[in-house]
Amino acid sequence: MSIRHGLLALLERGQMYGYQLRAAFEESTGSTWPLNIGQVYTTLSRLERDGLVRSLPESEAGQRPYEITDAGRADLALWFATPISRTDRPRDELAIKLALALTTPGVDVRTVVQNQRTATMRALQELTRLKYASDRPEDLPWRLVLDAMMFQAEAEVRWLDHCETSLARHRPPASGPAPTSEAVGRTGEEARR
Amino acid sequence: MSTANEPTLPSLGTPPGNAGTGDGAPADAVLELRDVHRTHGSGPAAVHALRGVSLVVRPGELVAVMGPSGSGKSTLLTLAGGLDSPTAGAVYVEGQSLHALDRSGLARLRRRRIGYIFQNLNLIGSLTAVENVALPLELDGTGVRRARRLALDALTEVGMSELGDRFPDQLSGGQQQRVAIARALVGERRLVLADEPTGALDSQTGEAVLRLLRRRVDAGAAGVLVTHEARHAGWADRVVFLRDGVAVDSTAPLAGIESLLSGSGR
Repeated sequence: MSIRHGLLALLERGQMYGYQLRAAFEESTGSTWPLNIGQVYTTLSRLERDGLVRSLPESEAGQRPYEITDAGRADLALWFATPISRTDRPRDELAIKLALALTTPGVDVRTVVQNQRTATMRALQELTRLKYASDRPEDLPWRLVLDAMMFQAEAEVRWLDHCETSLARHRPPASGPAPTSEAVGRTGEEARR
Repeated sequence: MSTANEPTLPSLGTPPGNAGTGDGAPADAVLELRDVHRTHGSGPAAVHALRGVSLVVRPGELVAVMGPSGSGKSTLLTLAGGLDSPTAGAVYVEGQSLHALDRSGLARLRRRRIGYIFQNLNLIGSLTAVENVALPLELDGTGVRRARRLALDALTEVGMSELGDRFPDQLSGGQQQRVAIARALVGERRLVLADEPTGALDSQTGEAVLRLLRRRVDAGAAGVLVTHEARHAGWADRVVFLRDGVAVDSTAPLAGIESLLSGSGR
């Protein structure tokens, strides 16, 4: 997702100036994505350079509204029509962290799992509370953003549960690289208990 | 790993300085489990379902208990509800030690003060919805008319006032679950215990069930929700994690949305 397409989508509703765009952007993302006004103007000037928006004459109050161009509309339509590629997303730091914890001597993987689960569960509680408080019909876009974050948190907890079960069943290979796997050895010992 | 010497979290979830340190339970606790153990069988075949769990639940508080199968979470709930007794340790409901009650005293406490919502609904098929809800009150000596009125109030609370005269088999799964919740909430119950209460319900209906539970707790009841679903535990004020009969962690008070959302703007 880019701020670019967010602003284009908002301008598709009608012409707006910078502060209006910022307010509308935050409103439609339930303030999950705070923007500073500098980001808005930088993005607008790039969009204008690329011919996707055009600036209109300043109002008497000194505000310069922008409107979307036909090229901007085409770009926006393409964005809506194209699925977001999973490979474009940032690497999953948590998965990498656990993989490394498993092979790093002296790291208690179960504690890493438990600490993360508690933190993620706590986030899920807060998201649930926000959703519980947002039950007006006009809150729907915000609720869907919350739902997305809740599903992600839930999936993470589920995956952590899965990791824990896998760790409990894990038998390190008998002839494995024993000297390097103190942490793995301990996990195996716990599993046999 | 030894069982008896395992360090536990003695006042899990209890604000500092307000733990039940004396002989009695904390004054405002609706439920307190104090170093509760439950062992099934004896000798080498003994199963230690709970190994020293302490928990305090106050009015207006919903606590979720999470853990894999066999972690002891359902055992914890049956002990909290007086349906089973601990091998060691004590359970207090509204300051009353369950251990100190005789059979009929315990039965009375269960009927009057504790509501149970189980996955298996246990609705009686030959009774209408309103009769099912009124039953615990009538068993407790409440007059038929008054019991019916309270039952209708409870059915209204769960949005089922129109369907009170239907029999369970004339209701959908979600509607039956609402009747079961009304039965758990009817009258003056201060402690609501729920074991996977959304069972096989679809996610929207399941969420409606949790909203009802949340609303009752917000109105002053204390609730314990046993679940393995993170999504359901999200409705709680506090989540306690059980592993092998021991509480291994719990979520601390929430820090607020700002901490959660910072860094999501890239």
